[in-house]
Amino acid sequence: MHSTIRQRRLTAAALTALAVAVSATACSSGPGGTDTRGAGGGTYTVWDPYPQFDKASAWAKLLDQCGTKAGVTIKRTGYDTSDLGTKTLLAAQQGNSPDVLIVDNPVVSTLAEAGVLTTTEENELDTSEADPNLLAAGQSGGKTYGTPIGANTLALYYNKKVLKAAGVDIAAVKDWTSLTAALAKVKKAGKKGITFSAIGTEEGSFQFLPWFWGSGAELTELDSPKAVSALSLWKNWLKQGYAPNSVLNNTQTTSWQEFASGDYAFSENGTWQLAGAKKAGLDYGVLPIPGANGGTAAAPTGGEFVTVPVQRDTDRYAVSQRLATCLTSTANLYDTDTTLSYVAPTSKVQDKQVAANAELKPWVAAVRAAKGRTSDDLGTKYPTISEQMWKAVQSALSGAESPKDALAKAQSAVK
Amino acid sequence: MNDTRQVSPRRPAPRPGARERRRPPSRQWAAWAFLAPVGLYLGLFYAYPLYRNVDLSLRDYTVRSFVQGDAPFSGLENYRKIFDDPAFAPALLHTVVFTAVCLVFQYAIGLALAVFFNQHFRLSVTLRALFLVPWLLPLIVSASTWSWMLNSDSGIVNAVLHAAGIGPVNWLTSPSWSLTSVIIANIWIGVPFNLVVLHSGLQSIPRSLYEAAALDGANAWQRFWRVTFPLLRPVSAITLLLGLVYTLKVFDIIWIMTKGGPADSSATFATWSYQLGFGNLLPAFGPGAAVGNLLVVAALVLGLVYVRAQRKQAQS
Repeated sequence: MHSTIRQRRLTAAALTALAVAVSATACSSGPGGTDTRGAGGGTYTVWDPYPQFDKASAWAKLLDQCGTKAGVTIKRTGYDTSDLGTKTLLAAQQGNSPDVLIVDNPVVSTLAEAGVLTTTEENELDTSEADPNLLAAGQSGGKTYGTPIGANTLALYYNKKVLKAAGVDIAAVKDWTSLTAALAKVKKAGKKGITFSAIGTEEGSFQFLPWFWGSGAELTELDSPKAVSALSLWKNWLKQGYAPNSVLNNTQTTSWQEFASGDYAFSENGTWQLAGAKKAGLDYGVLPIPGANGGTAAAPTGGEFVTVPVQRDTDRYAVSQRLATCLTSTANLYDTDTTLSYVAPTSKVQDKQVAANAELKPWVAAVRAAKGRTSDDLGTKYPTISEQMWKAVQSALSGAESPKDALAKAQSAVK
Repeated sequence: MNDTRQVSPRRPAPRPGARERRRPPSRQWAAWAFLAPVGLYLGLFYAYPLYRNVDLSLRDYTVRSFVQGDAPFSGLENYRKIFDDPAFAPALLHTVVFTAVCLVFQYAIGLALAVFFNQHFRLSVTLRALFLVPWLLPLIVSASTWSWMLNSDSGIVNAVLHAAGIGPVNWLTSPSWSLTSVIIANIWIGVPFNLVVLHSGLQSIPRSLYEAAALDGANAWQRFWRVTFPLLRPVSAITLLLGLVYTLKVFDIIWIMTKGGPADSSATFATWSYQLGFGNLLPAFGPGAAVGNLLVVAALVLGLVYVRAQRKQAQS
């Protein structure tokens, strides 16, 4: 008797355990969130690359407001920006893409190529107000895959105190020759020249591009003499000790920390450091990156796009479109881009930003001159080119190869 | 098993054989039910991912076909691609050097420390606990700390070298030093594991053997080579094998410290595989998976060699 009951109990326990295991896995492997996806009302998912903003942040509140206006609840997840591209690809493969995706601009063409994003024809997003040079990063094959939410780019921060001590007149820095001469003076005065990030990731390419484009080189020909001259410029700075050897391992954040120490005359960095510069109490100025022979070099555009990923249930696009439009409306753009420390993607809001904060003026100018990395219809060719480019930069700066050989190798690897 | 004991004493004890025959279905059901979670777990978390990885490496994936799931079968094309890649030979060399050098130093230092701490002097327990710190720290913490210490311009290592009158070494940013730097960091991380396992191995060697050896006039050196080392062989073998598997797949330390660079000078198969699969905006999952599979196969082969060697030892 007892034994039978005992055994039955055991069997039941085991079966329960089994059932739990099965149902748990069933939940995790099924297309996520189908239960919450009724048309009209319901929950809409938003993914963004701003994990630094928590629930109480202005950004999260704005999302909720836009949700309320569209009559839906927003479920927001913030991912690290370098993970977001791969995460989205995996989600699309599993059929549970978010409804609205805010993603770094060079990733857009890759996601579009993968068929993950809807075009503006499908989602009816209005992109007419966005600056064409910014919008270009989200266009490929004549189609537009989203609208920019904000832009940033690179420029040279300079430390007025260091330059003064070295007797450098910043107005004289107009091209590469005068910049290098300024660095030489700074070094002679016992201070350090310039920091940037030449790390072996996309960040390294991003920082090299203003010099690459400033030389007149094209991404389709990595080994042109002009490209070699750009890489030689950096190489020479390292050789002369104008730039520290640690640039090879510097992210933009670590390079900024070097500059914030107050020893460096220049730092190539982005709009997003403005807030930090004030906090560090630096007496700084901002200079657009000069081209080889003067003028302003085109710097790459940074910043994100608001996109609407493909859904099985196409009725959802209407609400997604309203959410995206709300996020990029003139009124909201101003607040969002102030929070993100970005330059707005439309001239209307840019003017408003400059009116409120004159410091943004050189940045707005830089953004207007900037160029998307995936522009010129490079699209998905850009990631391959960029990887070879940062490898060549690393090879040349570390002394493994000459700039010329490194770039020649890079060009042959792209083909 | 306990059934017979549970049976009420008033009932005549049935013959064991008859019991078995009377209730096989429920017994078998229970057995299967108990097996199922393990089977499910193994299948879901081991067999399926492994199968997917092999499948991934045999198909020509682009971002588009990855999402749509219609990647064409391409046979061994991905493997051919990575074998032909100019990065293959350096990565192989780095993997072998990294693994071999790390293992040798980790084991030698770990063994020396284990023998040292086996003396049971005062504070030996405290000191031994201190040696475990590298093991307890999250890898991202220790790797970042190493990368700060080895920074060319502001690192403490170069500052010390400078004080000693030696010029700065570009630990992480020179192609001739980067591999050495990551090896040093990895040895530091691996020593505690070797120390712990070998120390417990030492404690299972009977004291009497040492006393006998001492009576026979063996000196400390002889006692180590003739008693400790041979008796430690099985423990050593498993330590080295586990160390091998761990070291072969080391990724985080290298990635955090050098990203495999500069110019691929510290790239191993593990970082190369990641680089291919996730390192750029346009992932090459196929070749990345192929490199990953090579690592799995390498670990498997070496594991089999170990099992073989052990069997031989047991037979002799």
